[in-house]
Amino acid sequence: MNRKPFEIVILSGKGGTGKTSLVAAMAGFTGNCVFADCDVDAADLHLIFQPQLLKEELFPSGSKAVIDQQDCTSCGVCMDLCRFYAIQFSHGQYAIDPFACEGCGLCVVACPAEAIRIEENHLNALVYSHSRFGSLVYGRLGIGEENSGKLVSEVRKNAREKAVQTGADWILVDGPPGIGCPAISSVTGADLVIAVTEPSRSGWHDLERLLEMTGKFKTPVGVVINKYDLREEMSEKIEKALEQRKLPVLGKIPYEEKVVQALVEGKSLPEALPDHPLTGVFREIWEKIERMAGDI
Amino acid sequence: MGTYRKGNAFYKKSNRKNDDPGHRNMIIAITSGKGGTGKTTLAVSLFHYLAEAKNEPVQLVDCDVEEPNCALFLQTEKTGEHRVDIRIPVINPEACTFCGKCHEICAFQAVIMLPPASFIEVVEEQCHGCGACSYVCPEHAITENDREIGKISFFRYREPDDFLEGRLKVGSALQTRVIRELLEQVNSRGTVLLDAPPGASCPVVAVISQADYVLMVTEPTPYGLNDLQIMVETVRQIGKKAGVVVNRTGLDYAPLYAYLQQENIPVLAAIPFHRKYAEAYAEGMILSEAFPEIREMMQSIVKAIGS
Repeated sequence: MNRKPFEIVILSGKGGTGKTSLVAAMAGFTGNCVFADCDVDAADLHLIFQPQLLKEELFPSGSKAVIDQQDCTSCGVCMDLCRFYAIQFSHGQYAIDPFACEGCGLCVVACPAEAIRIEENHLNALVYSHSRFGSLVYGRLGIGEENSGKLVSEVRKNAREKAVQTGADWILVDGPPGIGCPAISSVTGADLVIAVTEPSRSGWHDLERLLEMTGKFKTPVGVVINKYDLREEMSEKIEKALEQRKLPVLGKIPYEEKVVQALVEGKSLPEALPDHPLTGVFREIWEKIERMAGDI
Repeated sequence: MGTYRKGNAFYKKSNRKNDDPGHRNMIIAITSGKGGTGKTTLAVSLFHYLAEAKNEPVQLVDCDVEEPNCALFLQTEKTGEHRVDIRIPVINPEACTFCGKCHEICAFQAVIMLPPASFIEVVEEQCHGCGACSYVCPEHAITENDREIGKISFFRYREPDDFLEGRLKVGSALQTRVIRELLEQVNSRGTVLLDAPPGASCPVVAVISQADYVLMVTEPTPYGLNDLQIMVETVRQIGKKAGVVVNRTGLDYAPLYAYLQQENIPVLAAIPFHRKYAEAYAEGMILSEAFPEIREMMQSIVKAIGS
């Protein structure tokens, strides 16, 4: 392929549908690929990749207001203005609730005593690593820190740089669950979204919301149904609904306990069981993705 | 409900625990670092068990506003709904002198300005509605409009308003704000069950910080352990009591149990993996209603948390 790296984001809406296991299973087929784990709350891909760490960089994790009690005249202007309920009056003084503060800085400009300042934390980490499948970039959110959306963009930006540097054909992004800021941040500017779902009522409900979110972008979407045989009628219903929306189903993965066994051994399924029929299923999914990418 | 406080804060401040010294509610947050471990299954099962027991009022609050799923399992009657809005600035270009103060103060890079072209605009998707720009504008050129970021719905399961759901508007990135507004509505008495979003970042912290007890659901896999460790660190940092429910046992990934023992974290229940549970879940059934052994587990979880 003689073009810029093609970036594929794996999303799921609902957590636990098998995003990370799918990425890991396809990793053996992708050739020259850079991997990015953007599930920054719970980055798990490294558990299978077991990479060698190359570098860790700290990254801004959000700004919070801090009141200097010596200068505070207890006028209460800040508390009245704050729209996030982040300022409380207790034990005779005004104090910022760091979990509620969004760091907007309104209180800083409004304080007549100039007693409030903004402090920036640097507790989010970006990790660069190398593995048997290729480079892996991932994020690690500081405990209870914010800016997961920004960290997602940063992980992707660094994965892209790495891919350009190494002439990689693909970037495979293990995305975050949900449809809020980190998920939105992982779709922006990607070339293809793969949505992983499961045949349960919640699986379908969450997929519909995810598709509504991705529908706001021009990025094409393909769907993988995991554990499809746990409820085949539900799988068929999902397939029909997707057909109506003209969205391709790129594969249906049967339920298989051996996936978890392989995981416990720190292996992807094709590594643990190269001749298992499931390995063929994952290979076909990857081939379909390649063809879809060729048409884009 | 869009109650405005003095000034312009927009949350209805009602059931916050600290405000009410006589509060008697017990708030249990049900969390999991990893998604899909069975948070909602457990929350709904506990809720059904407690609602049927009727010893005291119980309320279930679906705080997974990005993907709220509790309602799929419960036969309820919707009794009310209200919008969660933020206030988005609108800049009047006629009155604007392009002094740049709004652009400068905005911590979210939501004000785009091109003075040579007399262009100034707010990127609504990026705006957090903090009001800083309108506060600093010397020309009073900024007014504000409401913008919907989500909804809060009230339902009746066994009692009025015993089930609440927050739902983020698709496309909005302000999930934590919807959660905060939702948490203002919780009952001030009885047991309150909060079904948290997955992960351990700001939305989850917003939920945990309101709880008396954190019930962490995990599964015996390397992913489950890794994500539980992050959750435990988060819970300890905030300083909450916590216990674990291990779901889908049978694979018995030994390092998980070694970790729990070493860290002295109580295991309140271990739910074995059964295809019948997975299928019942997929159908939208409540496990504690369908299976007596799960009902017994709910009983022992409630007992363990109470003591």
